[in-house]
Amino acid sequence: MPLNMIDSGKNVILKGITRGSRLKRKLQDMGLTPGVKFNVVSNHRNGPMIVDIRGTRLALGRGVVSKILVDEF
Amino acid sequence: MDNIKLALLGNPNSGKTTLFNALTGANHYVGNWAGVTVEKKEGNLKYKDNEIVVTDLPGIYSISPYSMEEKISRNFIINEGCDIVINIVDASFIERNLLLTLQLLELRRPMIIALNMMDEAEKKNIKINVKKLSELMGIPVVPIIAKDEHGIDVLLETIVNYNYDKKSDFLIQYEKIVENEIDNIAQRLEKHDLKHYEKRWLSLKLLEKDEELIDIYPNFNEDKEVDFEEIITKTKFDYIDSLLKKSTKIPEIKFDEKSNFVDKILLNRFLGIPIFMAMMAFVFYLTFNVGGIFQNWLDIFFSSFLSNGVTSILTSLGVSSLVISLIVDGIIAGVGGVLSFVPNIAILFLAISVLEDSGYMARVALIMDKWMVKVGLSGKAFIPMILGFGCNVPAIMSTRSLENEKDRLLAILINPFMSCGARFPVYVLFSSIFFPGYETLVMFSLYALGVVMALVFAYIFRRTLFKGEPTPFIMELPPYRIPTLKALYIHVWEKVKDYITKAGTVIFGAAVVLWILLNFNFTGLVPVGESFGASIGKLIAPLFIPLGFGNWQSALSLLSGVAAKEVVVANMSILFGGADASMDVLKINLSGYFTQLSAYSFMVFVLLYTPCIAVIAVIKRETNSWKWTGFSVVYQIIVAWFSAMLVYQIGSLFIA
Repeated sequence: MPLNMIDSGKNVILKGITRGSRLKRKLQDMGLTPGVKFNVVSNHRNGPMIVDIRGTRLALGRGVVSKILVDEF
Repeated sequence: MDNIKLALLGNPNSGKTTLFNALTGANHYVGNWAGVTVEKKEGNLKYKDNEIVVTDLPGIYSISPYSMEEKISRNFIINEGCDIVINIVDASFIERNLLLTLQLLELRRPMIIALNMMDEAEKKNIKINVKKLSELMGIPVVPIIAKDEHGIDVLLETIVNYNYDKKSDFLIQYEKIVENEIDNIAQRLEKHDLKHYEKRWLSLKLLEKDEELIDIYPNFNEDKEVDFEEIITKTKFDYIDSLLKKSTKIPEIKFDEKSNFVDKILLNRFLGIPIFMAMMAFVFYLTFNVGGIFQNWLDIFFSSFLSNGVTSILTSLGVSSLVISLIVDGIIAGVGGVLSFVPNIAILFLAISVLEDSGYMARVALIMDKWMVKVGLSGKAFIPMILGFGCNVPAIMSTRSLENEKDRLLAILINPFMSCGARFPVYVLFSSIFFPGYETLVMFSLYALGVVMALVFAYIFRRTLFKGEPTPFIMELPPYRIPTLKALYIHVWEKVKDYITKAGTVIFGAAVVLWILLNFNFTGLVPVGESFGASIGKLIAPLFIPLGFGNWQSALSLLSGVAAKEVVVANMSILFGGADASMDVLKINLSGYFTQLSAYSFMVFVLLYTPCIAVIAVIKRETNSWKWTGFSVVYQIIVAWFSAMLVYQIGSLFIA
């Protein structure tokens, strides 16, 4: 399911990112590659989400998170 | 090797500039090359008979070119601008940092890793076997703590003893389907000029559809079934995992505990914005009020002590009254009027530096994102706006971090509405004379008006000139760090030095020219009212009648204010002050020409009209277009004129 549906505090595993954009490339370079596990620090339904991934903390805007597909685990 | 060119490259926030300063020490200077490309710092040092030139490049996460900053760094490295790359890796975020390292290693150029922030890594209980890591990657790895200058000697020793002739054979083996494609491309490349690129690397980059390289080799722009780029980046991260398994002990990678706690408060969905507003209010309070105390002292020093002292010394030496007038009424009044604001400027820049160095600035972008999206920009575009409170020149340059050219142009066009430190003296002068007791309120209203105008025009431009979606917001939130005194000192001093230099050059020159304009016409020495200056002022003054300040003095001040906004104050000091340019005299003289309303309208005009020459020049350089530069100048004059006119005309209805 898309990352924007995930509640704060949940751990997720990355399934994929909608293909065909520079956005995808940028996200991969920040460590969002398929199979990586990360934590959703906060998701307030409006405003950017915060995730902890590979030891770093990222803010991701609403336009970004709907394009990232994850599974909870 | 006795002449070595180093390039410092690493992720944002990995401590490059700290290392740069540690390496180059007191010798460092900031070099600005003309043209669209560059904002890299260069410095040099001598180590054991080796002349070493160090270039500090903007921080990047990857060598794929997204933003302009990233293009600058990447092109410098790829096009062999240096003998050796010093890749700075933040040991406390080693996993993510190593992606760039691997990309650089694939270039097979001379390279050393400076493993920075070993102390923070230790705090997080990350244990790194440096020797093992170095063996695995086949290049020297030097542990350092740049902020304490630990390990710098070892790093320098490693640099001078590096075997520059040995070719690196670093290789990441990708899965079969990728390797086949690489071979395939490499074969087809036989028929092409490889330029200075390494063949395997070029093949890999073309497979990844690297935008800049595809432009050079358009034959290789092919759509593939498989997303090779995804596989390649994933393989690199897997490679990093295996590297780290062999060489480090990382507990369980978690974000910094303390920062996590601070984030819970500062990024709270309800408290985030109020806390930010309170912080900005506090910054302005310090700038206006605390800075104001020092400013008063300096003002007294220049206007009474220095003016009177110089006048009596020169008189006793028998210097002609004309020369005394030039020195006292022209130079001391003009330059002194501007220099007395150094304390305010220093406090403002100190506050901005603290915001930047502590890691809060990235959070501000996050907090503001949901509002910035409404006007069509991403939260990231808010950072240049805050920097604009200091000076619009570096603020406009900082728009380079925006990934999309439309966003960048938009952010550049609205930036001058952010009220810079140079406009501040004008507000102080007018608000202290016309709004005693309400200075802070008046000034705050002007700063707020500037922000509102910037947002309104962002909204308008986004729906007319730059249609489209804002770039998606992706930003790293670094851990909070207490800014070091040294870094703050360097940052603030650099800015204050600029301001003082400007007072000694542009404003000095403007003061002299103005003094001449105000004392002469074609017939020679004349009273002010018949001077060149008066004639020029009178020519354009009618334009300002609807704004409430149709006198020639204001017109002339505004015109000369394009040289630098501080010149407006310098002019006012010369025009209305004369020999004894203290606040009291200015007050009496200015009251004859301005009412409270026209004073406010004047300040609104100063806030919004075309910024100084330096900003016009930086807009030209950054947009690389005379059209946009001209547009920016003209639209701001129009906006300023209408806004001030509305303030005056509507205000008159109520006050009259």
